[in-house]
Amino acid sequence: MNVMDTRATSAMLYLDGVHVSFDGFHAINNLSLTLAPGEMRAIIGPNGAGKTTMMDIITGKTKPDEGTVLFDGTVDLTRLDETRIAELGIGRKFQKPTVFESQTVQDNLLLALNVDHSVRGTLFWRGSKAESERIDKVLETIRLTDARNRLAGSLSHGQKQWLEIGMLLAQDPKVLLVDEPVAGMTDVETHLTAELLKEINRNHTIMVVEHDMTFVRELGVKVTCLHEGSVLAEGSIDQVSSNERVVEVYLGR
Amino acid sequence: MTPHILTRSLDRAATAFVLLVAAVGVLIPLSNLLLPQGSMFQVPTYLVALWGKYVCYAILALSIDLIWGYCGILSLGHGAFFALGGYAMGMYLMRQIGSRGVYGNPILPDFMVFLNWDKLPWYWYGFDKFWFAALMVLLVPGLLAFCFGWLAFRSRVTGVYLSIITQAMTYALLLAFFRNDFGFGGNNGLTDFKDILGFNVQAEGTRAALFLLSCLALIIAFLICRAIVSSKLGKVLIAVRDAESRTRFLGYRVESYKLFVFTLSACMAGVAGALYVPQVGIINPSEFAPANSIEAVIWVAVGGRGTLIGAALGAVVVNYAKTFFTSGPLAPYWLFMLGALFILVTLLLPKGIVGTFNSWWEPRRSTGIAADEASAAREDGISAAKMAE
Repeated sequence: MNVMDTRATSAMLYLDGVHVSFDGFHAINNLSLTLAPGEMRAIIGPNGAGKTTMMDIITGKTKPDEGTVLFDGTVDLTRLDETRIAELGIGRKFQKPTVFESQTVQDNLLLALNVDHSVRGTLFWRGSKAESERIDKVLETIRLTDARNRLAGSLSHGQKQWLEIGMLLAQDPKVLLVDEPVAGMTDVETHLTAELLKEINRNHTIMVVEHDMTFVRELGVKVTCLHEGSVLAEGSIDQVSSNERVVEVYLGR
Repeated sequence: MTPHILTRSLDRAATAFVLLVAAVGVLIPLSNLLLPQGSMFQVPTYLVALWGKYVCYAILALSIDLIWGYCGILSLGHGAFFALGGYAMGMYLMRQIGSRGVYGNPILPDFMVFLNWDKLPWYWYGFDKFWFAALMVLLVPGLLAFCFGWLAFRSRVTGVYLSIITQAMTYALLLAFFRNDFGFGGNNGLTDFKDILGFNVQAEGTRAALFLLSCLALIIAFLICRAIVSSKLGKVLIAVRDAESRTRFLGYRVESYKLFVFTLSACMAGVAGALYVPQVGIINPSEFAPANSIEAVIWVAVGGRGTLIGAALGAVVVNYAKTFFTSGPLAPYWLFMLGALFILVTLLLPKGIVGTFNSWWEPRRSTGIAADEASAAREDGISAAKMAE
């Protein structure tokens, strides 16, 4: 057994030699990245570095041209579709907050719960005490208890971001992929979101893409900088932000 | 279906609607049969048949609202399922004619004798039995919808592309049914019906019974739709309508949900068609015309999509207007009026009649709304204060 195999089996997410191109444009170029169980990782990088495409690959929205994508050591994600991957335990928060606007906050969370998702299961569904307790708990965590009966479309931008994180919590996945959670938030909301993610990280593996360097610093976790579809630098926030190349392509002088 | 699902689905408006349809279903036939002719409260027989037609259209509109209003599937070919249900019933009625046809052949319908066919095609077998025909009324549209939906939804054909292929489907069926050698009476379709289950289709009593049955079918279809949209499945359908890929990332198999409602909706449309045919006395390929399906979508838009009651109401209102205008001097302009109606509703009443009424009525009904908003504002203030700490 060589070193690569050991890494592959112990990692929660394992990407190796991944390539994707759209009409000749190499969005992802020999990307390799490993996420350990229980880890929180921040991904930074300029626009077009391939951050969102990487999430598309992990969640089954985009199929890579070549390369290995493994979940939980053994599951080959390139062969599965979005629904199956979600069922396995990979949840995703989109860049633009995507909640079900014409339904209540409570119903948004109800829909996200990882219970029977079959047609028959939902047709004959009856609420249970365990389910409503879980919803109550999530509502408390994301600070939306008082807004539970409001339509999700009437929430403020920051509240929608939290609701979407709450939906991830209700889904209770093993890995959370969080795309730009603090975009458009006030400083206070940004701070609260960092606290929220740290709390969630106690029992979930998280990958978070973000441009806001203050926020990334506050998370205090290992940082990976992507550039032109591959890893440019990896390490602590201080190491990465002092890296010559990172400063050149992303942070600016 | 458990009683639990039923009680949850019946709010006040829904109960009122069911009672209204039941009252109409009982009173119109009673007035037609019991009151003396010429009495001002006596509903003439031709009106019973006409209103029976509207009720069948209301069922078709409900079936469209279920998929369009709640799941965002805009089918512009639902008339095809309606017509297929109608043809299945028509085939039964043809075989009931027996030797009373013009050519007196005990087995073959007139058009087959005319075409010099010597035996019944295999796909006409079994239609001499009512139970078989009734089964086919559900099965044929259901099966077509299942196969069509399985291919379309699995390949993720959505939006305008799906609408276009549903149009193509109904147009293809129109062309097929026009052909004499297809075996369904070609251009003329199926007509000259004599009796249904032994009763004369022209008799007043039969017409009254068919009207009552149509109202009953409308109530059942409505209750099924209500049960679905007020279950958790209904919430998933709305989620698919509003954010399909989000729903997929939550772990729902979106294509299964679409396939379920699309097939169910096609079966409902088939039942509507089957009740329609004995009341109008004919079914021919023009029922497959793409314009028919588009018209049915307009009924739903006028009444209010995603409201169920609105769909049924829209079907009745628009068809009443159609009868009214096409029988007067304005007849040549009806299609222009229909087109104008669609444009006006889209521009001025995007929620339709019932949707607009609801958004006007809701704030007045719950007087506490102002207090709610105030407390929401207060919450925002509180959370801002908390954050500032």
